[in-house]
Amino acid sequence: MEQILANGIYLGSQYAMIALGLTLIFALMNVLNFAHGQMYVIGGFVTYTFYGQWGVPFVLALVMSCVTLAIIGALIEKFLFAPVIKGSAREESTMLLAAGIAFLLDALILLIFGEKQRGVPKIVDGVFNYDFRLIMPYDRILICVLAILSIVAFIGLMQYSKTGRALRALAQDRIAAQLMGVNVDRYSMIGFALGAMLAGLVGGLLVTITGVNLGMGGATSIKAFMMVMIGGAGVISGAIWGGIILGFMEAIGLAVLSQYGDITYLLIFVSLMIFLAIRPQGLMGKPWG
Amino acid sequence: MQRRTLIKVALTAVTLTALQSTTALAENSVLKIGFVGVTSGPAAAWGISNQRSMEARAAWINETGGYKIGDTTYDIEIVSFDDQKDPKRAIAGMEKMAQEGIHYVVGPNVDDGAAAVRPVAEANGIMYFPYAFPKSLYQAPASNAVLGMVANYQSGPSIYKHLMENEGVKTVAFIAANESDPLSQRDGGVAAAKALGLEVVSDTVTYQVDTTDFTPVLTPVMRSRPDLLVLSGVSPANAPQLIRSARELGFEGIISTETAQDAGVLAEGAGDLANGFISVGGASTPELASPMMNEFVQRYTDMFGEYNDESNTKVYALEYILETLKAKPSAITDVEAFKATMDTFEAPNPYMKGDAKLRYVGMTSFGQRRQVAVPLVVNVYQDGAFETLFVAEVD
Repeated sequence: MEQILANGIYLGSQYAMIALGLTLIFALMNVLNFAHGQMYVIGGFVTYTFYGQWGVPFVLALVMSCVTLAIIGALIEKFLFAPVIKGSAREESTMLLAAGIAFLLDALILLIFGEKQRGVPKIVDGVFNYDFRLIMPYDRILICVLAILSIVAFIGLMQYSKTGRALRALAQDRIAAQLMGVNVDRYSMIGFALGAMLAGLVGGLLVTITGVNLGMGGATSIKAFMMVMIGGAGVISGAIWGGIILGFMEAIGLAVLSQYGDITYLLIFVSLMIFLAIRPQGLMGKPWG
Repeated sequence: MQRRTLIKVALTAVTLTALQSTTALAENSVLKIGFVGVTSGPAAAWGISNQRSMEARAAWINETGGYKIGDTTYDIEIVSFDDQKDPKRAIAGMEKMAQEGIHYVVGPNVDDGAAAVRPVAEANGIMYFPYAFPKSLYQAPASNAVLGMVANYQSGPSIYKHLMENEGVKTVAFIAANESDPLSQRDGGVAAAKALGLEVVSDTVTYQVDTTDFTPVLTPVMRSRPDLLVLSGVSPANAPQLIRSARELGFEGIISTETAQDAGVLAEGAGDLANGFISVGGASTPELASPMMNEFVQRYTDMFGEYNDESNTKVYALEYILETLKAKPSAITDVEAFKATMDTFEAPNPYMKGDAKLRYVGMTSFGQRRQVAVPLVVNVYQDGAFETLFVAEVD
């Protein structure tokens, strides 16, 4: 039981971080960013290059992941999403654009970083072992703590900074925010950059545990969408709860159902379908959008 | 006048250029060899090592004047198609090869893709060299597929037997990804282990192909405390993470797989925790590699920036195709002639030291010669490189 709890907390914290960026972008721009997973992968590869290849301190490599992804996110928003959103009222346009960007990023990742699985040296050695009832490597504990701290910092930024207030206003009512003097174009770009930066941050954190390869993007996006659906699209607290719930479902399923084969995700998907049939807006979402 | 001169110069230049290119084309004919396999997504490393091995070897041949088959010297052109590990795309890829008049194709990389392309290959006179293990592909009445590596049901028993005799292994646990290739390899491994008298203490645990964190997946396996943990059909992307998680969970036994791995990927992903990991490889360890193998590795590295140890096995398929065509030049357009030649074909193995031979095997497993005779080299990972544990042959 202790191991299941620990695995659940660890998985939940990393999943919540992945979902946060996705839901932020959706809240601000009503864009389903299918390229979110690819952004996560790029974050992992940037940290791999700086920390694993060039020997730059891990924290600095992590900062480089954040900065790189923030720049990529800002450019994507300014030159791709913003013109499409202005020029087309149809939601499919942004969805197709996001899918196209995902393919493009996949191709670029293959070209720049290659096809191989990559990993970096452990940032902390050693394993916490409580009588074989609870085993957790120290680097996972550290990453889990960093992920939780990052979530807290993000919530603080959204709640107490001028940028955060502007972003929340934008998410609540774009026109009202504009009428109140919020520079919608600027804050849309900042919001998208922030969402991409979160993907880069979690990619950089997790490359120390899971490594990174070019095929991770699509699967990461799907999991992120599941968390957002559970928690409620466009709601920050919903993304966090969605991540935690998915993390615990996975940890419990893998521990309890292992003798029946790989049915954990089958049950998670069935549960998700039933849940959405009963509450289509998710846990925290509002029925009216 | 100036205008006329300009036109004359331009015409002369165009004519000379055309003549030059005609001369260049006329130097060597072009022999197209196809590749249909996965070069994107999580399993991209499998197909890309195939494709790059072929491209590196083809570039080498072309640079050194081409490949002589009969009275004609050919430049080798590799035509590639990414099937994205999707059987439907694999069929489309094989159809493309047929449309281009290609009769020899390397790939696909996985079971379902290899099975899916069989009707297309047979209908269009294409010999193909999959890296897939279902016996039905290679047993009569099938005759167009040639297994490009050693199958797990051939390597697994050798590894288990070696470990029983030399390491005192008595219990074994299997873990596999939840898709066709790893699951069938797991089932084959379980049967082989039981047949050898090993006690199988866990064989039900599977994981999603896209799993990135294996600690929760491995926790129940570790409770069974096996002497040997077999990572059935594990992809190079997942192997380091599985090894790392198992060791961090306190597993002190032996870990092995029957698929080829890359030492660099293991070093980065698992570091010293991968020491002692056993896998199946090719002929690149210093004690086996010939100077030609070393040159191939160097050329591959120069061309693509980094070598992939999986190419130790993947280097062979193109060599087999070309050497067999050299032995029977009419087979360039007649795959029946190719098939007839396979029974008696033999040529020196240029990638191994000693008197190793290229020949087709598979009589024991398939009842006909539908497998390339690559050496069954079982490697053990130690401090960033593979060391040869033992070498065996497949008949």
